[in-house]
Amino acid sequence: MKIAVVSGKGGTGKTTVATNLAWVTAAKKPVQLLDADVEEPNSHLFFHVKYTGETDVEILLPRVNKEKCILCGECAKVCQFGAISVFSTGVLVFDNLCHGCGACKIACPTKAIYELKKQIGVVKTGIIHEKLTFGTGLLNIGEPSGVRIIRELKKYIDETKTVIIDAPPGTSCPVVETLRGMDYALMVTEATPFGLHDLRLAVEVVKEMDIPMGIVINRASDDYTEIEEYASSKNIPILEKIPFDRDIATAYSRGSLFVELKKEWFERFEKLYEKIAGVIA
Amino acid sequence: MKQIAVVSGKGGTGKTTLSGSLSFLFKNHVMADCDVDAPNLHLLMEPKLKETHEYYGGKKAEIEGHRCTSCGICMNTCRFSAIIPGTPYRVDPYACEGCNACVLTCPEEAITLKESKSGDYFLSKAGELPLSHALLTPGEETSGGLIAEVRKLALKVAEQEEHDYVVIDGAPGIGCAASSSITGVNYVVIVAEPTISGMHDLQRIVETTRHFMRKFGIVINKFDLNTVKTDEIANWCNKEKIEILGNIPFDPEVRNSAIRAEPVVKNKNSAAAKAIKEIYYRLLDLI
Repeated sequence: MKIAVVSGKGGTGKTTVATNLAWVTAAKKPVQLLDADVEEPNSHLFFHVKYTGETDVEILLPRVNKEKCILCGECAKVCQFGAISVFSTGVLVFDNLCHGCGACKIACPTKAIYELKKQIGVVKTGIIHEKLTFGTGLLNIGEPSGVRIIRELKKYIDETKTVIIDAPPGTSCPVVETLRGMDYALMVTEATPFGLHDLRLAVEVVKEMDIPMGIVINRASDDYTEIEEYASSKNIPILEKIPFDRDIATAYSRGSLFVELKKEWFERFEKLYEKIAGVIA
Repeated sequence: MKQIAVVSGKGGTGKTTLSGSLSFLFKNHVMADCDVDAPNLHLLMEPKLKETHEYYGGKKAEIEGHRCTSCGICMNTCRFSAIIPGTPYRVDPYACEGCNACVLTCPEEAITLKESKSGDYFLSKAGELPLSHALLTPGEETSGGLIAEVRKLALKVAEQEEHDYVVIDGAPGIGCAASSSITGVNYVVIVAEPTISGMHDLQRIVETTRHFMRKFGIVINKFDLNTVKTDEIANWCNKEKIEILGNIPFDPEVRNSAIRAEPVVKNKNSAAAKAIKEIYYRLLDLI
């Protein structure tokens, strides 16, 4: 079973829900927690991870063999990203614009283009405890897109375990990449007009991908009930409400799991897992 | 005219809280909401829509079914796993980067690149205040380009109407969207939070800001939530010679004003409002 923890936006409590849910569930069965928020992965900060593997994620950048190049300009013409310019003196490749697609190499009539690997980030895997394994991706500073890191991270998915993925924020390409192939989307939102606005966008994406979903309201309070109204109008179940609570915020700031604060919370997260498992089964 | 961007390594640190309040405090300026993925600034302003522009950020491959012989060459060429095998083969528009490689290799010339709409960008007016903002089509990736359009539109209005400042609510993260929010600005305000992840996120966004060689300072939001972490951030900034522009306390009024959908500085007596006002004056000195 593969659960993605999604929020329209950062800071709504995605990592809080993913880490606490993984911890509680792993008390009973094998769990794999993956952090796909590769621009700013934070899940590892809540655990002592013993890392056992690290893989570089690379793209292929074109380089031009000057002796073979006839400066015909075909490579620049086919490149959709403006990453190649041809001058009378030679060919210039702008590495930061290059998507590493290989189109220039295909188009070159004299086979003057060869490719070199460039590392754009890493994927690290490790163990938190016997029943809780971990994986995370990290995009290098200055690199535009983490999609390829997410794709690499997802290769480590162990179908025999309960997989919980902490998704990147937002609703753009990296989130879609994370959601692909997931059995359930756990939507985390906060009880404000901002939360509702972002939730609507995220629900649109998950609906289009046809993945079952449920909502956890973080920083819930009785004075803003529009999330509940929206959820019921869309037939999306609200699975849990985490109150607006300074103790929970402080636990997060220290890097502690708040399910460890009170037994009641541990049990509520056990129920949260059971509700999700009930939908998928 | 000066451009100021408010960013944070991560969402939810209080970027929009701060820039929403700055939009209330600054005079004679244009606002630009560069969080095109999940824009929120407009919720604080009740703006009236003036202009809508469509944004075509890239292309997507399309396979003409009747020409496809299911030879699989396109799938083997594609480095983005965007081709789905079948009779005929299909393109997964979410994975396609519009790179052209499949078009070049298809022996039947069955594939073409088509312009693809990636979002819209808007000019609105909240009272007298011009607001440039956008909405990326969910699932799209070319947010850097759309952000560039939002900033261009804000600059155009600022020049035409002779505004003194452009204040940018930046995109979260450290990737393309965040970079696109800060390139070429005069000053970057980085919002940090005193949490175990906050320190980590702060270091990454500082590195990104330095990468683009921008002047910057730091605001610590909810500083009293964890004074140990606040001290840690302050010590680190001191060591790195980074200015701390101010500290905003953990104030329930921030959330209350969010529920009312108004900038927190509107309630002048709240602790957060007082702190933000001081940050505003410090900013005016610096730019």
